[in-house]
Amino acid sequence: MSVELLISLGIPVLLIVVGRIVGSRIERRHYESIIEREALFGDQPAFSTKQFDAPIPVRAASLAVGSVVVSVDHFKRFISSFRMMFGGEVRSYSSLIDRARREAVLRMKESQPDAHAYLNTRLETSTISSTSSNEGIGTIEVLAYGTAVHYDRAP
Amino acid sequence: MILTNIDSVPGRPIVQHFGLVQGSTIRAKHFGRDFAAGLKNIVGGELKGYTELLQESRAQATSRMVEQARELGANAVINVRFTTSSVAQGASEILAYGTAVSVE
Repeated sequence: MSVELLISLGIPVLLIVVGRIVGSRIERRHYESIIEREALFGDQPAFSTKQFDAPIPVRAASLAVGSVVVSVDHFKRFISSFRMMFGGEVRSYSSLIDRARREAVLRMKESQPDAHAYLNTRLETSTISSTSSNEGIGTIEVLAYGTAVHYDRAP
Repeated sequence: MILTNIDSVPGRPIVQHFGLVQGSTIRAKHFGRDFAAGLKNIVGGELKGYTELLQESRAQATSRMVEQARELGANAVINVRFTTSSVAQGASEILAYGTAVSVE
């Protein structure tokens, strides 16, 4: 009886603890890599506008696409279930969305690494549903796409 | 074939319009990937299996759109858009559409 109780209570708690420890490490490392790579693309801006005044004529244009699927860890899922009871901002999820968007934009830039600018950048977010009932909660895909333009010569 | 998601191809004037072209695909996840993703869900982070799956599907939708444009005799597709919609549990449709044009 007590062993059964221990197992039925212990496994969810264990998953939450593992999620907390490993999840926050993964998140920290991911942010480090995002900041490092964003610095590399510092002089290749992404615009959300369709037109901009190019300093010199544009030589070529092509489509740049980047996407990523991320999910939250069990700890954050657990915390957010409390938040859902009282309402208000779900802070534990906002870092997930932020990571995903920045990663998607970075991958878009990396798909055309030698472009000088990215025009009309669009961001689309969609939730991924799972075949098993609620595993899909907190799993999102972010797609970033835009037109990569190359100048005639380096500005 | 040039693809852009703005109203023109910079530096190359449009000589002919062919109208809307589109390509779509509906994909289901397979069990193995779903199981691996379920495990990864505990610690969070990127689910590489799903990222790849969606990238493959998007590439297929894009190539179907490009194929349609090629049949019309176009050499560029402008104003390309992507949309995703889930048609059933575990399956999603990816649609790519744009305007086929001919540029100089």
